Order: sequence, then structure tokens, then C-alpha cells
Amino acid sequence: MVNRALRAADIPTPGALAELLDAHAYLAGEGLATACFLALKMGRPLFLEGEAGVGKTELAKTLAAVLGAPLIRLQCYEGLDAAQALYDWDFARQLLHLKAAEATGATGAAEAGRLEGELYDRRFLIARPLLRALETQPSVLLVDEIDRADDEFEAFLLEVLSDFTISIPELGTVRAATPPVVVVTSNRTRDVHDALKRRCLYHWLEHPSFEREVAILRRRLPACTEALASQVAAAAGRLRAAGLVKPPGIAETLDWAEALLTLGARDLDPGLAAATLGALLKYREDQQAVLANGLLRHG
Amino acid sequence: MADPPARPDGLVATLTTLTGFARTLRAAGVAADHERTQNMLRAAAHLDVTDRSAVYWAGRLTMCAGPGDLPRYDRCFAAYFGGERPRPGRATPPMVTVVRHTLAPDATGDGDAAGHEALAATASAVEVLRHRDVARLSAAELAEIHRMLALLRARREPRRSRRFAPSHRGRLDPRRTMREALRRGGEVSRLRRRSRRVRPRRVVLLVDVSGSMAPYADTLLRLAHALVRCEPRATEVFSVGTRLTRITAELRHRDPGTAMREVSAAVPDWSGGTRLGDELKRFLDRGSGARGAIVVIASDGWERGDPSLLGRQMARLSRLAYRVVWVNPHKGREGYQPLTGGMRAALPHVGAFVAGHSLAAFEELAERLSHA
Repeated sequence: MVNRALRAADIPTPGALAELLDAHAYLAGEGLATACFLALKMGRPLFLEGEAGVGKTELAKTLAAVLGAPLIRLQCYEGLDAAQALYDWDFARQLLHLKAAEATGATGAAEAGRLEGELYDRRFLIARPLLRALETQPSVLLVDEIDRADDEFEAFLLEVLSDFTISIPELGTVRAATPPVVVVTSNRTRDVHDALKRRCLYHWLEHPSFEREVAILRRRLPACTEALASQVAAAAGRLRAAGLVKPPGIAETLDWAEALLTLGARDLDPGLAAATLGALLKYREDQQAVLANGLLRHG
Repeated sequence: MADPPARPDGLVATLTTLTGFARTLRAAGVAADHERTQNMLRAAAHLDVTDRSAVYWAGRLTMCAGPGDLPRYDRCFAAYFGGERPRPGRATPPMVTVVRHTLAPDATGDGDAAGHEALAATASAVEVLRHRDVARLSAAELAEIHRMLALLRARREPRRSRRFAPSHRGRLDPRRTMREALRRGGEVSRLRRRSRRVRPRRVVLLVDVSGSMAPYADTLLRLAHALVRCEPRATEVFSVGTRLTRITAELRHRDPGTAMREVSAAVPDWSGGTRLGDELKRFLDRGSGARGAIVVIASDGWERGDPSLLGRQMARLSRLAYRVVWVNPHKGREGYQPLTGGMRAALPHVGAFVAGHSLAAFEELAERLSHA
């Protein structure tokens, strides 16, 4: 693990980074490769926005693999607070420590002072993802689906991402010697505050083009033939243009192709396609519309 | 992260070019502020600035803040690096004096008795005005209505958030209880409690600005302005016609007159047709957070598109939203029947169907938002 670790300085151009991502089976376009490259060079968080299933989370995982760094993930939800995202004290263990000290008969003013110092020792601190990311070097921090968290969380995330420090009143300030690579993703169910975006490099991820999607399918599923890959990608493209409630992302296309392969399909057979539709479309209305309009047939 | 050493030759030219580009972006409405411009310059320093597409990405990644900015950015990039001259910085908008009309009778009355009578007359004139259809008011009367709308205080129905706050009642707060115990040498002497914090429920307002709504659109937008002003973080406003447009930012101006001018500049489809079904679909696809919100649609339901599409989208909306309120200005008229195709398709999915033609009706609507 350690000897595979790659530093940002070792990557000379966005093209070189794209090749490294490719080696880990992630095909990044010029824009995304440049975004990642600049995020590494400038030490700025990368803010990825786009439809669900276009590969935002996957990018963070691949980036971690490329850099040989652990991926630290923080899944956002409404009500996420500092105790869940930054750090928390392990009160149960602190109490135990106190009781143990009592049992051994530690009394007196000097003893009490020493005991208090011990109670707020690093070993009683539980590091949550943001603190863990600052303490682990190198690391890739994924703040997933920030649009699910609320304003309060955005505010303290901004604070952490601005100078990569966390101050713990009882312990002091934790500072990252080299800041972690940060990827923030959003499905855009609400607008994230501009102050946070301003700190970041912003990239809007589109659904892949037909050629890229075929390439991704072939790269990810070696058993997938060129014919099947292009039929699946063409069908996915038609579905995205059909105005469905939830158009399929690349994640769904991959699932679908895998389902077809598992059933031994060599090309897009209408029967098998209909049977595996649940891997691609997750709304009943969409499935009905697609079957009624014959959108799966290639023409 | 140290920047690579600067080469003095060509550097000045690059800086001038890029800051000129930032100015062009700003003139086109992209939020190209100082910090973002700095970021663009830093990003460009890491890339090959003689490569057109590297410059494109350096700017796009640092200057844009949403998918809405991308077409604008692309246009600016093509124009600027296609040889067009940089636009001058935007001049500050001229101050506009807003003359406020009031319905106070001419100050010709003499003596106290006349004064009292005049006051009573004003009060009843205002009361009558509150119930009159805004489409049939004179300019002065409308201005008075707008003045009163600007004073509207709209409270918002609370919802319980997922966040906790210390409280005297509610569930046990283990963290604070333990912390307190530690302070007292490990003795749990007092139980601390916490309960869910209360926040205002979000309201999303969709205002129809098509031709058939023209007499009401202005007043409805002023109502929207009042709602945004009361709860800026919990209100979203969109204009609906043939192109869904988010106008929340424009409505955040304190002065209603300025806000209205900004809105009229931002909305591209004033007094056009209505494709409510398509628009609603776009709104829902955009994932703009109808979830858990009170969604208010202000429209007469004159649908030029397919009413069945509107029906399907309304069904989707009613599953997502906390409550759907439809405001129809014509409902206040005597003998009104919801006969238009769009209105008939939408009604089964509407939680509350209310009038929206007079100040009294607007006040009632605002009241409805405070305890839906």
C-alpha cells in the first residue's frame, strides 16, 4: 500500500491523470480529468454535481485507488451534526476511567487535576470522518450527497474545508500537514450555498456520450461484446431522451448489462430486455411507458 | 500548494486576457467574483495556457456554480476567445424613486369632526379595497394594494427538523448528561434532555406569468416577494409559462420595486402561452425540492398542452409535496366553475383550492401557510 502511494507532484498533466484513472477502469473525459488534476494541484475540494448515477461517488473511489490512499466517506443526511461528522468524546470510557481511578483510591487536589487531564486524552476521542481525514495522510475524503444535509452542516463543512483544521476545545487544534483530497457530491435536490461552492472546483457531470458509454461498458464488463454494449448504450440513450421520471444513469446501464450477461444474452433480445428492465428503470410508470412505446427495440 | 514560478514575459498578457474574460462573464450574469477570478488564474497557472481547451476548463471549473451557468459560460468563451472585445464592467443601476400613493382623502377637511370622518372613510375604503378584484383596480388603487402587500407579515407553519436542541422536556440527551456527570466526578446527578428543533416549513411558489394571467401576475409576484422577505431561507419562487425560471434570487431584494424590475428582466416568457404540464415536469425533474414542502401553484389552469400530462405531473407532485395549494384568481368570481381542461385534470391532486384575486384572498393564503 505504502509503496504504491502516488503524490500529486508525480502527475504532470491532466492527460496523465486520465490514463491513471483509466488503469483503474474509470474513463474520465477531458473536463473531469482536468478538474481532478487541478483539485490535486491546487489543494481545493472538487464539487461534483449531476444526475444520480453518472459516476460521482465512483470517481472518489477510483481517485483513492489511484493515489493509493484510503477513502474516508461521509454520507450526508438531514440533521447530521458535528458529533457525527467531526469528533465525539467516548463518555462511557471516560466514566469507566474515572471509576477505575476512584477504585484505586486516587484522591486529593493534585490527583484530581491530573485525572482531569487524562479524561480529555486523545485516546478517549472518537474521530468521525472529517477529523479522520485530517489525521490520515494521504487520504481521499468523500462528502457524499451534501444536498441531503442542512444549512448548519454546510456552515461547519465550509469552516473545515477552508483551512483544513478542526479545533477541539479540550485538546487543541488538529491541522492537516497535507490536506486530504476532497470530493463533494450533490444530486442537486437543492441549491448548495454559494460560499461553499466558491471554495471548490465545480464540475457538472453529464450522462456519457454513446461512444463513451460503449467504452465504459466494455471496460467494466469484459464479457460484454461490442454488439451488446452498443445496443445497451443506444437503448439507454433513447430512454434518456424519452422524458422518463428517472432516466437511467451509467450505474443503471452497467447493472442492466450485467443482468443481461448473467442471463447469457449475446445481444439485446427483447424478451430478456423486458425481463431485466428492473435493473434499469426503477419506476413502474417508466417501465410501462418504455414497454408500450417499444423503446427497447433497436432500429 | 505553491504556484509554479511565474514567467514575466507573456504573464502580463495572460493575466490581462483572463481578467478581461472574467469581466465578460460577469457582464453576462455569471457570478464571477474576485475569489473565483483568483481561482481561475491559479488554475490556469497549473495548465498549459496556450491550449484553448485547457483555458476553457480552467475557467469553467472555477467560474461556474451550476448547470444554469454552463450555456452562458460557453457563449462567453466562444465570443471572448473568438475575438470579441471585453465588455466594460456593469454600471451601478440608477436609483429609482418610487412614488407611493395612499388613499387618504384630500386634506381639505376643516376641524376635528371632519378629520374623524375622513379617517373612518379611509378605513372603510381600505376595507372595500381589500376585497376587490385586483384586475379591476385603477393604478392608484393597485399601488395601495401593493403597498399593503409589502407590509404583509406571513408566519410559516413549523415542521420538526431532524436536529436536536437542549430542552427541559423530551428525550434523554446522553451526551450532555454524561458531560455533566464527568464534571461532577462521575456522579449522574441530573438528567439532561433534548427535543427536536422546530424550523419553518418550506414553501415553493409557482407563479403563472402567461397572457391569461397578466392582470394578476404582478400582484402575485409581489405576494411572492412578501413571502420571500419573511422567510428568505425557506421560500423558493419560480415563474411558469413556457419556460420555468427560478426567480428567488431576484425576489430577495428588500425593495419591492427593485425586485420586480429584476424579475421582469429575468423572466423570458411574459404573457406567452402556458404549458403547465411540461413546466411542472421540468420543475420535478430538476429535483428542486418539492419534497416535504408546501407547493403553491398560482394559475388559472388554461393549459395549452395536453391536460393528461398535467394530471400525471400533478399526481407526482402530490406524492412528493407536503401539501399542494392551487390559487386561481377566477375562483373568487361568482358562479366560477373549474371547467378548463387543465384545471379539471389538476384538481384531484390538489389539497386546497383557493381564490387569489384580492388582497383579502392573499392574506387568507398567507394565513393558510402559517398553519396548513
